[in-house]
Amino acid sequence: METLLRQVLSGLATGAIYASLALALVMIYQTTHLVNFAQGELATCSAYVASSLIAAGLPYWIAFAATIVLSFAAGVAIERLAIRPVTGGPILSVVIVFIGLMLILNSLTGWIFGYTIRPFPSPFPEKPLFGNTYIGTHELGVIAVTSVVLLLLYGFIRYTSLGLALRAVAASSESSRLVGIRTEWMLGLGWGLAAAIGAVAGIMIAPILFLDPHMMSGVLLYAFAAALVGGIDSPGGAVLGGLLVGVVENVVGAYLIGTELKLTVALMLIIGVLLIRPAGLFGKVVVARV
Amino acid sequence: MMRPRSLAPIALLRHRPAVPVISALALGAAVLLPFVVSDYRAFEVTQVIIQAIALLGLNLLTGYNGQISLGHGAFYATGAYTAAILMSRFDVAYWLTLPCAAVVCLGVGFSFGWPALRLESSYLALATFALGVSMPQVLKYKHLAPWTGGVQGLTLDKPEAPWGLPISPDQWLYFFCLAIMVVLFACARTFLRGHAGLSVQAIREHPVAAAAVGIDVPMYKALTFGISAMYAGIAGALSAMSVQFVSPDSFAALLSVTFLVGIVVGGLSSVSGAIYGSIFIQFAPKVASDVSKAAPGVVYGLVLLGSVYLMPLGIAGGLKRLAELVRERARGMSRKRRRSHV
Amino acid sequence: MFRRSSFWARSLTIAAMGIVSCSRSGKSKDDGTAGPVGSGASASAAEIRIGQTMPYSGPASSYGTIGKLQAAFFKKVNREGGIQGRKINFITLDDAYSPPKAVEQVRRLVEEDRVLLIFQPLGTPSNTAIHKYLNTQKVPQLFAASGASQWNDPKNFPWTMGFNANYQMEARIYGKHIVKTRPEAKIAVLYQNDDYGKDYLKGLRDGLGDKGKLIVAEATYEVSDPTVDSQIATLKGSGADTFVNITTPKFAAQAIRRAFDMTWAPAQYLNNVSASVGSVLTPAGLDKAVGLMTVAYYKDPTDPQWNDDAGMKEWREFMAKEYPEGSLSDGANVYAYLAAQSLVKVLQQCGRDVTSENVMKEAGNLKDFAPAQLLPGITINTGPHDYLLFEQMRLARFDGKTWVAFGEVLTASN
Repeated sequence: METLLRQVLSGLATGAIYASLALALVMIYQTTHLVNFAQGELATCSAYVASSLIAAGLPYWIAFAATIVLSFAAGVAIERLAIRPVTGGPILSVVIVFIGLMLILNSLTGWIFGYTIRPFPSPFPEKPLFGNTYIGTHELGVIAVTSVVLLLLYGFIRYTSLGLALRAVAASSESSRLVGIRTEWMLGLGWGLAAAIGAVAGIMIAPILFLDPHMMSGVLLYAFAAALVGGIDSPGGAVLGGLLVGVVENVVGAYLIGTELKLTVALMLIIGVLLIRPAGLFGKVVVARV
Repeated sequence: MMRPRSLAPIALLRHRPAVPVISALALGAAVLLPFVVSDYRAFEVTQVIIQAIALLGLNLLTGYNGQISLGHGAFYATGAYTAAILMSRFDVAYWLTLPCAAVVCLGVGFSFGWPALRLESSYLALATFALGVSMPQVLKYKHLAPWTGGVQGLTLDKPEAPWGLPISPDQWLYFFCLAIMVVLFACARTFLRGHAGLSVQAIREHPVAAAAVGIDVPMYKALTFGISAMYAGIAGALSAMSVQFVSPDSFAALLSVTFLVGIVVGGLSSVSGAIYGSIFIQFAPKVASDVSKAAPGVVYGLVLLGSVYLMPLGIAGGLKRLAELVRERARGMSRKRRRSHV
Repeated sequence: MFRRSSFWARSLTIAAMGIVSCSRSGKSKDDGTAGPVGSGASASAAEIRIGQTMPYSGPASSYGTIGKLQAAFFKKVNREGGIQGRKINFITLDDAYSPPKAVEQVRRLVEEDRVLLIFQPLGTPSNTAIHKYLNTQKVPQLFAASGASQWNDPKNFPWTMGFNANYQMEARIYGKHIVKTRPEAKIAVLYQNDDYGKDYLKGLRDGLGDKGKLIVAEATYEVSDPTVDSQIATLKGSGADTFVNITTPKFAAQAIRRAFDMTWAPAQYLNNVSASVGSVLTPAGLDKAVGLMTVAYYKDPTDPQWNDDAGMKEWREFMAKEYPEGSLSDGANVYAYLAAQSLVKVLQQCGRDVTSENVMKEAGNLKDFAPAQLLPGITINTGPHDYLLFEQMRLARFDGKTWVAFGEVLTASN
């Protein structure tokens, strides 16, 4: 019983990690209707930037804020320089650009920062809450921060005109232009926001996973799965999806099939969910009329 | 003046004399190749040929049918392991393993493609990516280890040239793979030209309209998945024989991503694009490593980005445009010449 | 029909052009079955050509530093006169940790670049892929960077010699120690789900002998897993009081910390690869690693007890001068340094006769070779029937600051 509780709680903690990156994926999807493979590497880069700033002496929260701003700028820059040349071409070209970015960033961080793992400071106290041994304070912090980001994101997309403009551009860029929306700015904004969300994810995740160039490689697949299980256009769904994936994965590995096939079974379950609800649990079902 | 049809080849020679000559030369070069280069180069070109077969399979699915697959490495691995298990555990002759691998992968691909019909683009991408990522884990599974060799993999012997031909195993394998590639490419071309192929492409363009016209969309989509997996499986079987070793680490998730890169850079919806793509994914990483040991990924990524920016329709598209430009230029000049004769 | 010819024309022409442009000097085959490339291959009068495959890209790219350090080392050797006047031409290629790529690169090195030997190919899968080929071609597969047991089989594979201390041997030491000190222990094992991890598990079981039932829980993880929290929870839940931790650095740090956070305090054995004070124990938390046990054969560059050690000073000077971009807290860089020195020793022992046969003979003739970065008491010894370089190890316990050796020097047999 105790172990089950442990598995579920650590599943929630890991799930929060997936959820935080999944939010960045949802943001990019809202903007471009594509899943960005380079999101994980961007988040890792942001975490390294934050780590360097902290090592240079900046206090934690200043470094945090600075990294978010820098990541936002980097996201906009990437959209302008890397993505702009291929918009309008076949969709798969954009996917290849994502893959190219992923390879470049991964190799770059390895080259600049080396491959030995680094500890990353946590803003939350070291002592576990109420002296419990099931879930650490930082893990609870990740869940809290992810929820805050979720609320902000949801509020932004649903209730602000900028958010509406973003969604309009993703749905139909020609119509948006006719209505007077600056499409290029919206695309840049979307990318910047996604990079910023990814930066938050990276900074939150690094204390748990330890910082190294391959930190997000494993997380990306689960974040991708989480976003889709929840419904790729639903931020709330992505978070719930993340938590679900984390718990299911742990429970499957501990009780159902053993750790040797944990990854496979977890993924198969996810696909199973998608087959039953092809648009994800909370996604919008698109009906095509002839 | 009416040109009788029997004179058509002559007409071709007059208007485009280069084409049959180039074809003959190219074929001749391909056949002569293993005799003028070392065994190692023949082996390397064999790898290019094998990958081209896998890329053509993926192109049929993703380029022509519009279903994105990030898991073709799994079908490649299935074919490879089928051949390896048959050869090492059951002593089956190498050439016999090919039809077996083909059938197995056709079945696996179809069974995966049928339920996957319900999934659209990103969701299908995830499902196929999940397949590609899970494959190594399944291959390592201890209860399958008596067959698959588990984490250690299986070592195979290279097939010898039959009928006592005085050529090395590498040269023989080169011709074997070349012949299979020519056959499979010709089949693909015929398929794509025919009714089935046109239906497949129609589904990519507008699935609802295709259904309205009477095309059995689910059957075609699943069938294309199966055929595409079959191509990848045959390629995998050939690679097992060629490299003489299979292991779970040979078929990591990155392989599927590499295949996708190959067809996009080579040229989607283009049969010859598979060959260009194969050349790219074979040599570009090597060039990148030569340029930089510290960060080869950066160089390779930049090359990748460059290729996509400069040639959005792939190398095949780029070459087609180049050929058109040349033809325009030539037509313009001959028009000028004719005018000046007046 | 003509359009099909243009397709063939285009594709085959391009293919042929690409191939011809890639082949440097077309080598013609005189007959279909040439003899093994390596037999009788020798260094030229001016240079010794050495080949290597290393994962410079891909998931194992962190090990690429080994090849880079060795390239810098051989440059230094050349500057100082080479090996009896001959320069080392070190050709190291990327195999991205993929066995098929490793086969391609090794074939290129052997058949095109005509290297004398392949030095420190990295990774058990890549080494397995090239194992049979190199032995058929009679090209030395020297000091393979892998601790798997199959590299110590001079009878069947006389051209292959591993470098790393054998994984099974290390795990046997843990097993025997458990039987000796805690015969009623309940053992939990966490290991990587690949050749590396499974080899260790086998060694552990061998070391436990007929006490194999002491293992009450086993859990695996994949390199692509983000965390091992779930596995640690399972292992704790099994009630084990002894934990054998077979993980690579990142996961080792996570496991150590997580076990502590869950207030699980078993007697813990940590595999040597992850025993670095600076890169594993410090991120995990030095206080959380007290009591950990490991076996070691070379000095940890981040262990404060070697701060003034002559051998490590020499290594640090080398790093600063020749390989400044390398990390001073990465044990792999000490390992690479040791392997490079061993190769130079073998080549020097060959004297004038630098042929592949003589290289293997001298590799099997290292007597009490002790580079200064090895732990005191540990030496490299090989024989014509014994291709294991390291047969001695010492158990060490972490006291919160440094690894303190205890017990006597253990050998493979006891």
